[in-house]
Amino acid sequence: MNLFWLYCLFIILLFFSGLYCIFFTYNLIRALIGFELLIKAVTLLLVLAGNTNHQLALAQGYVLTLIVIEVAIIAVAVGIVIGLHQHHQSLDTRQLRQLKG
Amino acid sequence: MRVDIFLLIILMAAAIWTVMTRSLLRSAIGLALSSVILAMLMYRLGAKLAAVVELSVCAGLIPVIFVSTISLTEPLTHKEVLQQMKQRLRRFYALPIMVIALGIILSLLRFPPPVTGISAEGIKDAPSVLWNLRQIDLLGQVVIILCGVFGVVILLKEEFKQ
Repeated sequence: MNLFWLYCLFIILLFFSGLYCIFFTYNLIRALIGFELLIKAVTLLLVLAGNTNHQLALAQGYVLTLIVIEVAIIAVAVGIVIGLHQHHQSLDTRQLRQLKG
Repeated sequence: MRVDIFLLIILMAAAIWTVMTRSLLRSAIGLALSSVILAMLMYRLGAKLAAVVELSVCAGLIPVIFVSTISLTEPLTHKEVLQQMKQRLRRFYALPIMVIALGIILSLLRFPPPVTGISAEGIKDAPSVLWNLRQIDLLGQVVIILCGVFGVVILLKEEFKQ
């Protein structure tokens, strides 16, 4: 197995860990952390694709865009989590069953 | 190649620790550690500009956001933590086993060689891509950042009124 496929293997495992975290946690903050792991796997995949195709400049442009979007999503999601905590006094997804703001 | 493998293994271990650790604070620190190792891998792959941004934003800013959120929300009491610990372990103990099993299965598969050599003219370095080819994207990124900032302000507005 060459280095490219080794990277791909670890990217799949990293993606799987993030997905597992999102599926099996009841805590909203931990779900966001799982989402971050998913984005890290995609970031590494983009850089690897750029490296393989000798188009690192384009890949870096995509990665920078991805990082910016990631930060914005996390900032808004964290705001929503804090708002939910103020309303329900809990971050357990089992207790958040009402869609009122 | 050995360094790459070593860093990939540490990245995976940090990711599993991030998912499995009991404390949210340790989880945020694990996430920062994953970002640092990812930045090192990106640097080794040649994406130096992206590695610097990853290191400063994803390993610096995002853990700070998470730690602030954890401190703004009520942490569990020691008794509640002990009660939930067994339940948590029951839910997450399968992760390392599944990761190792999946890794072994995937490593046994035979993959074709990667496609290389797709040419693109006029692309020399990342700043020239961003400033010459992707000006509209940059504008979009500025709008996205503003949306994020205003989103947080609107979400937290009620608290300021109170």
